[in-house]
Amino acid sequence: MLQDYTYVGLMTVIALIFPIIPVALAKILSPKKPSPIKNDIYECGLETIGDSWIQFRVQYYLYALLFVVFDVETVFLFPWAVSYGVLGWFALIETFIFVAILLLGLAYAWRKGALEWV
Amino acid sequence: MDAINNLFPNLSAALDSLLRRFLPGTVVDIVMMLVSIVTILLLLPVVFLIMTYLERKIVARIQDRWGPNRAGPWGILQPFADMIKMFTKEDIVPAKADKIIHFLAPVIVAALPFIAFTVIPFGRGMIGRDLNIGILFIVAVTSPAAIGILMAGWGSNNKYSLLGGMRAVAQLVSYEVPMGLSILVIVMLAGSLSMQKIVEAQSGPGNLGIGWFIFAIPVGPIAFFTYFFSAVAETNRAPFDIPEGESEIVAGYHTEYTGMKFGLFQMGEYVSVFGQSCIVTTLFFGGWQGPLLPPYVWFFLKAFAVVFVFMWLRGTLPRLRVDELMGFAWKFMVPLSLANIFLTGILIRLVQIIS
Repeated sequence: MLQDYTYVGLMTVIALIFPIIPVALAKILSPKKPSPIKNDIYECGLETIGDSWIQFRVQYYLYALLFVVFDVETVFLFPWAVSYGVLGWFALIETFIFVAILLLGLAYAWRKGALEWV
Repeated sequence: MDAINNLFPNLSAALDSLLRRFLPGTVVDIVMMLVSIVTILLLLPVVFLIMTYLERKIVARIQDRWGPNRAGPWGILQPFADMIKMFTKEDIVPAKADKIIHFLAPVIVAALPFIAFTVIPFGRGMIGRDLNIGILFIVAVTSPAAIGILMAGWGSNNKYSLLGGMRAVAQLVSYEVPMGLSILVIVMLAGSLSMQKIVEAQSGPGNLGIGWFIFAIPVGPIAFFTYFFSAVAETNRAPFDIPEGESEIVAGYHTEYTGMKFGLFQMGEYVSVFGQSCIVTTLFFGGWQGPLLPPYVWFFLKAFAVVFVFMWLRGTLPRLRVDELMGFAWKFMVPLSLANIFLTGILIRLVQIIS
């Protein structure tokens, strides 16, 4: 198993270095003529109005929260799915109850309008 | 016949035994790993170039026009022209942008899909490393692309980029859930997370005698539907391409990127489309299995067929509005995939009782 993860580690390091090579090559090959107008921020051809780092809505946070809940549920379901062949009816009913409790949470969020994109 | 089928494993074993005569054991292992990694990392940009050409031609033909046909016969040299263009464009970094984040974002978005190719089975015995958590590894490795996109949106010092980046992260995160849940169905049918075992469970006498998992009515097609559309949303492809919506939010999170960095975003997108196609063929269409041709030829044929469907969707369907997109994920896909898991559970149990 150490061999497996040595491979993964090498792959990660090399894959992270790999995209830097074309960028470095492009820095050598491309012209460099910065000017204040070129480096200006794009806002449909106008001068920018206000600060760029605006405050964003809480809706994004709600989606991330729901994602965390369902992702943890998925993580719990993975071992159950792998060993499903040897488990009995009891495991199925128990998992059904677990998922039903979380589905109640989704239904509550749905009714309360947390899933609407304001 | 057998020599052609096992061409690459035999080459690899020959190289291995050749090196073992000169070098000590562990060094040979590391060199073989590096050979394998470099092969994959050189194959993927070639696939990327082919895909850019195919995309432009296919979408053009769907839209009743020719597509690129000036650079070389039938426009075959167009990808090389694009490559030269990317290398020689000036790299404009916007004023007051966060330079480090602005630089790292395309590197992360481009690098992550490559790592997922560690566990993709290109043929019988042709897999980077057959990790026993194969498919879970792929889900884990393709998730941080959301961070890369957020970095691109934040580091560009542009309202449109930030908005595009936030929407992209909300979309990616919402579609991770049905993706994981559809994979659970396949894992239940195959009984393992390892990619080679999932492929082998799809041959006739495999696990439940179904053949390819897409033919496991009714759960296979439903799992295919949820996984495929989650994959389309995960890679920000039409009809889910609000984050890079070309006519709506300027260019979303990659507005302020020029030259090679933009090229890296494109490479990340196309390589992750190819990665998702490979995963779909492995999970649903029997991977490298097929009658006459060598296994790796079958694998690439099936993967490119799925890539063609990705491009077909792009040419045909209009873009979903962002609230329709989110509603589709949370109100339709998540309950459907959960119901699908229980249907699979009940059906497997019934089949076991009957047989």
